[in-house]
Formats: sequence, structure tokens, C-alpha cells
Amino acid sequence: MADTVQRWTAGIQSARPAARGGFGKFLRQRSTIAFMMCLPLLVIIVCLVVYPAFYSIYLSTLNKAQTRFIGLGNYRFLLTRDVFWMVVQQSAIFALSAVFFKALIGLITAHLINNLPTKGQRKWRGMLLVPWVIPLALSSLGWWWLFDPTHSAFNWIVTGLGFNEIPWLSDPYWARFSVILVNVWYGAPFFLIMYLAALKSVPDQLYEAAAIDGANAWQKFVHITLPMMRNIMAITILFSLIVTFANFDIVQIMTAGGPRNMTHVFATYAFMLGIRSGDLPLGAATSLFMLPILAISAVFILRGVRKRGREIG
Amino acid sequence: MTTAAVSVPSTRAQTRRSSLRRSRRWALVASYVFLVIFAIFFLIPPYYMVVTAFKTDAEVAHMATNPWIIANGVTLDQFRILLTQTDFLIYFKNTAIVTVCVVIITMVVSVLAAFSLGRMRFWGSGVLATGIFLTYLVPDTLLFIPLFQIVKAIGLLNSYWGMVVVYPTLTVPFCTWIMIGYFQSIPKELDEAALIDGAGYMQMLTRIFIPVALPGIIAATIFAFTVSWAAFVYPMAFLYSSDQQVLTVGTVTSLIRADVYKWGMLMAGALLAATPPLVIYAFLMDYYIAGLTAGATKG
Repeated sequence: MADTVQRWTAGIQSARPAARGGFGKFLRQRSTIAFMMCLPLLVIIVCLVVYPAFYSIYLSTLNKAQTRFIGLGNYRFLLTRDVFWMVVQQSAIFALSAVFFKALIGLITAHLINNLPTKGQRKWRGMLLVPWVIPLALSSLGWWWLFDPTHSAFNWIVTGLGFNEIPWLSDPYWARFSVILVNVWYGAPFFLIMYLAALKSVPDQLYEAAAIDGANAWQKFVHITLPMMRNIMAITILFSLIVTFANFDIVQIMTAGGPRNMTHVFATYAFMLGIRSGDLPLGAATSLFMLPILAISAVFILRGVRKRGREIG
Repeated sequence: MTTAAVSVPSTRAQTRRSSLRRSRRWALVASYVFLVIFAIFFLIPPYYMVVTAFKTDAEVAHMATNPWIIANGVTLDQFRILLTQTDFLIYFKNTAIVTVCVVIITMVVSVLAAFSLGRMRFWGSGVLATGIFLTYLVPDTLLFIPLFQIVKAIGLLNSYWGMVVVYPTLTVPFCTWIMIGYFQSIPKELDEAALIDGAGYMQMLTRIFIPVALPGIIAATIFAFTVSWAAFVYPMAFLYSSDQQVLTVGTVTSLIRADVYKWGMLMAGALLAATPPLVIYAFLMDYYIAGLTAGATKG
């Protein structure tokens, strides 16, 4: 490192010998320059995230034509609708079960890959990451084709084994299962890479010490791996909870909320009300119902990330 | 076995060692078996998409043969139809334009901001860094309805330039966040030396920080690329005419609108659309993973 440092400083010295002096003035300007550098970012965040977020709250208090203030009317309307409560229920089922299985599969596959000899790990990791690399909208289309009512390739196997055809997307409960399955398929690789990185960061000496003390694999996992990975696991799970809860692509493409609105999640229901039916205020109100759970997750993620930052130093 | 072990301690150690080796080997075999099972689960859809894309329409339509293999000969017809008789190439061009613009905007904005927040500091910069992380957690499905109004107000509804305006909300926060991490890991002595030698802040950034943090820049670029290539909610809500459409939405909506579902062609389209990200990952996966995990673990 030291010689590279010298090389750079030497390069700068020869490039700008004249700009010397005025160091004090420089320091005075420092915060101004820093602020100017942040300005584009601030403009984007304020205009396209903060302002829309508050605008959304305002929008949700208007009537459909956006001509009249109706207070909490949209929220009150939603709370009386059975479909809305089904959306709440399905979003919770969707997010919780998908995140659980993603975390489980991610944990298992990360351990399996970590068990392999080092030179084979990269290849397996690359292979298992494929679902996460394909744009979700396009792989959802592929899954839809796999679930196609008349041509389902899964049903070819199922009937070949002597069972009845499975109505993957036409039966409400199978449809719920299918969208969760696709979400698990898509999201598990993310957990895999996060956990694999966390596993690699656990010092080997801990395992060696445990082996000397006669710990078996399970004891090593419970007493070393889990405590060492706890923080990163929590961050990953909470983060995934947000992303899964707000997921749109899978449900919109495979079922568009059907059959009988049973697979709608907040995002697709808000899309249907706001964009398809043209009732933007009602759609805004629907998507704002996501806010509490997102905010709670965000607070905990932030706490975890900060703690992690302090641990590393 | 216990008696033997008690009477001859050295043999006991030996049996223990060989049983340890045997159990290691079993663990390895078991790992491979389960990995193969998971790999099958993960690779079924892409495999089936490839198989379908190379089948003839007749074979796709009649389920006479095993759907999992190509029985009646490989054909490139699906790709030919896709490229000559549909708007697929327009979608591809639109997506490419949007993605390139968004990646450039994202990198300029987030590298400048990360340098300033990670290194220079000013009043409120700590709060701002936290705020950026929080905006990363705001999902697009929460913002698309108010953004619909805003995009409409600036006259970019149903224009892919509207995507260039709104996609940075998806990319900039995270890219800034991981770049802050990379910049903070650069030793302080470097910028002190540069300042003493009379370098300005811009020079410091372009000559020291960008070259040193190049892995981070690559990771952030890949992130911005992937996100804007795969974005779905915003184009789904804001674009409706075919000449402005992007790949993801175009493939799953416009191509489908024909009377009969041309699954072979749809799969060919999905595959072609997924190729650029796949190629990038094949070559730069390690940078990306390092950047992602660093972003979450270092903070």
C-alpha cells in the first residue's frame, strides 16, 4: 500500500504544482463543496421520493376525480371491503411464508456450498444464483408457462406419476401456493449469498477450538455459526420482508390478483384500483397501508446495520 | 468397540480419526446430493424456457411428446418471428437507452454524493447518510401512484424518458450507500497527502478515490444496470404504447396480446431479454457479490 500511495501523490504533485497555498481557504470552503456534491442526490431524493411520499398521503384524502377533500373517506371505504381484508391476509401469508422458506433454503444451501472444497464453490454459487439474475418479470413469465392450464409441464409429470392434474393458477389456494413458490425460487439465492459471505467471515479458530472441545456439527452451528451470523441474518430477513411485502411482478404477471381476488397483495391491488380503474386516491390509500410494516422493519434494519458497523469498527 | 478403545488408547485415536474422515466424506457426498436437488429446483424454469424457445409451434401446441425435451427438432423460427414480426427490437432499444442513461446518472450522482458524505462531511451529513439508507427501503410499489401524477404533470407519461427520470429513485440510494462504504475504507493518509500536494477535491476524487474504489464502482454500476433493466412497476404503470415500451413489460404484455399464446416466441423473447444481465453476471459476479455483501455487512 505504501508504495502505491507514494506513486499517486507523486503523480498529483507533478500534475498540479501551482495549486499550492490557500489551504486555509480550502478548509473554509470544504463544507460548501461537500454540500454541492450532494445536491444532485438531494434533488432526486426530495423530488422523487420524499415529495411523492407526502403527496401520496395528500392524494389519498381526495375523491376519485381529485376535486374534493374527503379526509379519511378512502381508508374508511377500504376497511369495509372484504376484498381489502383478503389482501391484508394474503399479503401477510405471502410475505411471511415466502421469507421463511427463502431464509431456510438460503441457510441450507449456504452451508452446503461452504462444505465443498474451495475451488468448486464458485461454480455452484454461480449456478444457484441464476434465478436471482434473470429479471423477475421474465422468469415469472417462464413460471406461468410451466403452470399453463393445458400445457403445464409440471402436470405432465404429475399425471405421468398417476395423480390428477393440479390447477396451479386456477384454484385460489393452489394459486396462492404457486406465487409463493415463485417468490421463494427468486429470493432464496439472495439469502444464499448473504449467508455465504457471513459464514466466510466467521473465524476458523472458533470452529477449531470447538472441535478440540468435542463439539459436533449441530453444536458448532448453534453455538458458533448462529451467534456470529445473527445480525446479518436479521438484516437480511427484515430487508427481504420489505421487498417481499411490496412485491408486484410475480402476482401481477401470473394471476393479476385472481382467481376471485384471492392472490392480490397490496401492490397489485393498489395497481388495479389506482391505475387500471383510474382511482388514484384509492390506490394511494391502499399502498399507504404498507407503510407501518415497512417503517417498523426499516427501524430494526437500521439498528442492526448500525450495530454491525460498530462491531466492525 | 468401547472395550477395544479403552484397552488400547492409540487404536482408539486411529479409529476416531478414520471415522472422522469417513464422516467427512459422507458429509461431502450428502452436500453434493442436496446441492444437485436445489440446483434442479433453481434451474427448472430457465431450462424449460430454453427448451420451449427452440421448439416448433406444432410441438409446443400438441402435448404429444415429453415437454421437457425437444423431440421434433431444434428450430430458430421462434427467434426469427420475434425479431421480424414483433416490436421486440423496439423494446430492446428503449430498454438499452433507458438503462444507459440511468446508469450514467446514477453513477455520477452517487459517486459525488458518496465522496462528500463518506469523506468530506458537512452539517447534517450523518443524518443524510441515514436518510439515504431509509429511502433505499422505500419500495417502488409505494411510490408509483404519486409518481404517476408527477410524471403526468411533467408531460412524460407514456414516454421512456419518464423512466430515465424515475428509475434513479431505485438505484441512487443503494449505490450511494455502498460507495460510502468503499470510500470510507480508503485510508485517510491518502487524501491528506493529496491535499498537502495541492490537489483539489475533484482531483482527489478522480485521481485517488475512483481508481482505488474501482471494485465498488463496478459493483454499483452492475446494480444500477440490473435494476433498471429489470424494472417492472414503473413502466407497467406509466407506459402504454408499443413504441415507448421497455423489454420487461413489453414481453409480458404486448407480445401476449395476440389471439393465441405463442409460447415458443414468448420464451425466446424472455431469454433474449434476460441475456444482457446474465452475461454481465457471468463475467462480473464476484465484484457484484462483494459489493452487495459489503453494503449490508459493513454499513
